[in-house]
Amino acid sequence: MSEAGKVWALHLGLLGLLFALQFVLPAYHHGNLARVMVLASFAVGYNLMFGYTGLLSLGHAMFFAAGMYGMGLAMRHLGWTPGPALIAGVLSGVVLALVVGALALRTVGVGFMIVTLMFAQAVYLVALYFGEWTRGDEGFVIQQAERVMMGLDLSQPGPRYFVAFVLFSACMLLSLRVMQSGFGKVLIAIRENEERARMLGYNVFRHKLGAVALSGGIAAAAGAFYGLLFGYVGATFATTQYSILPLLWVLLGGAGTILGPFVGTLFAFYLIDISSGFTTAHMLVVGVVLVALALFARQGIVGELRARLWRWLP
Amino acid sequence: MDFGAHLLLASLEGAVTAAVLTLTALGLSLVFGIMRVVNVAHGEFYMLGAVIAWFVATSLGGHPALGFMAALVVAPVLVGLLAAAADVTLLKRVDYDPERTIVVTIGLLYIIQQVALMTYGPEARPVQEPFNHRIMLPLFSWQDGFYFPSGWGAPSTTSYKLFVIGSAAAVLLGVWLLMTRTKIGLVMRATQLDREMAQVFGVAVERVYALVFGLGAALAALGAVLVVPIQQAHYLMGHDPLLLSFIVVIIGGLGSLPGTVLAAVLIGMSDGIISVFFSPTLAKILATLLVALVLVFRPQGLFGTRAA
Repeated sequence: MSEAGKVWALHLGLLGLLFALQFVLPAYHHGNLARVMVLASFAVGYNLMFGYTGLLSLGHAMFFAAGMYGMGLAMRHLGWTPGPALIAGVLSGVVLALVVGALALRTVGVGFMIVTLMFAQAVYLVALYFGEWTRGDEGFVIQQAERVMMGLDLSQPGPRYFVAFVLFSACMLLSLRVMQSGFGKVLIAIRENEERARMLGYNVFRHKLGAVALSGGIAAAAGAFYGLLFGYVGATFATTQYSILPLLWVLLGGAGTILGPFVGTLFAFYLIDISSGFTTAHMLVVGVVLVALALFARQGIVGELRARLWRWLP
Repeated sequence: MDFGAHLLLASLEGAVTAAVLTLTALGLSLVFGIMRVVNVAHGEFYMLGAVIAWFVATSLGGHPALGFMAALVVAPVLVGLLAAAADVTLLKRVDYDPERTIVVTIGLLYIIQQVALMTYGPEARPVQEPFNHRIMLPLFSWQDGFYFPSGWGAPSTTSYKLFVIGSAAAVLLGVWLLMTRTKIGLVMRATQLDREMAQVFGVAVERVYALVFGLGAALAALGAVLVVPIQQAHYLMGHDPLLLSFIVVIIGGLGSLPGTVLAAVLIGMSDGIISVFFSPTLAKILATLLVALVLVFRPQGLFGTRAA
């Protein structure tokens, strides 16, 4: 089989497997996997920026939260139906990403990390400050009756899994297509050697801004769907922890790989799920895994696979 | 109380905040300036200082001053040693690469925080202050000159708060003397200017790094021990000092010590004063946005001279 054939076979195969799993999984894991697929979409967005463009953001929670609040506030206060509300959520994320990107991309390295961290903190505080509308830390619930889209009752496990699957497939295939396109190759070139990309005549700033907008848009879509599928919108999702988690998932699965975000999210989700059966201090696992990854496995699971076995992995 | 009394009290509260913030931010600034790495776990070293202070103070018994003074020595030393050990075992192994160091210190943040949760627990606990006298404050008016208002609501402070301000100033002086007047300070500054050249001249750069990382953490712990009789020790208390220290270090100019001190006083004072008169959330929003914009448009900081 040709390399392109293998790539498509592998990725479509994974999607086929995920689609088939909904008919066989027991209820508990069925629910977990739906959640993992939405969170993995968040990680796919993060990976476009961190893994492929080499921009380490410590503030991706703000895009996730922008999508969630864009969707949730439109439904709660404007009475919108889920469809337009989801679009409002994604657009909020893209606009926020363009504004933050235009400012933050003027800095590099450590400066970029701290600027994104600070903007995310500001977004979190804004959500708290306008507590009258957002209900701050407490958050608000989206009623079951409102969560019906195209005849699907999203509060039911079946439709919820299906919609999460569609979202994840769309995000993963989009990231695969982007990274096969010329735009994606330029992003990788920028990650590897920014000066050289500039010398070759590429507009580095515009490409990076495109990556930030795309990444923020996907993260916002994940946030909007998360709020809609699980019926809750709250400021917890804007905290620093939700900026660190996608970094953990992507590092664990393999930064700069298409499958890495999903593998990392799945792995980390069950790691935390299992460890919280033993202790309330389950974030300890996150800490230990982060340190271990930085020390021993810089490429993550899929990255190691690519380095050792399947060199054709995108 | 009239406006003058409010302002006086607010500035005193601000001065206490500024004193503790100066020590914490100075630690972060030393580490960034000399090692060129961002220590995200800095706030947890602060928290650890407070928690160790509680353990020392409760296990010693006797007069509260005894336990407190012991904590003042034990907590920074322990935290400093722990940080130096983390530097040698973890940071050195990732070659102080900026991105990997961030990942490692985020990991450390969660490890320290969660271990504190498992051992110390989720409660907030106070440490008794070594001494505490109420000190009445004089007010000034154009009719009466300085006078002491009487009755309920008369402005007052405690001797302990003045002690916090005084000790922070003394430690600050100590760090300044260390950096400018001693051999070890000279070595640190040489490493900051040019790591490779320092190594060529026989400076054991790795030991300097371990020392600086330990010293930075010890300063944070010291600030926490000073503050723990006023606030309480809690396993999540490291978050705010971390963000505030970041703000101070950036406004002051990354790696510039005088800038850091100036910014800490400015931000500590304004934080104290603003939160008396305005909504603290709004103040925090403006402060974080200001910091982001300073980094974007003036990366050398407001007072710094050298680019980061």
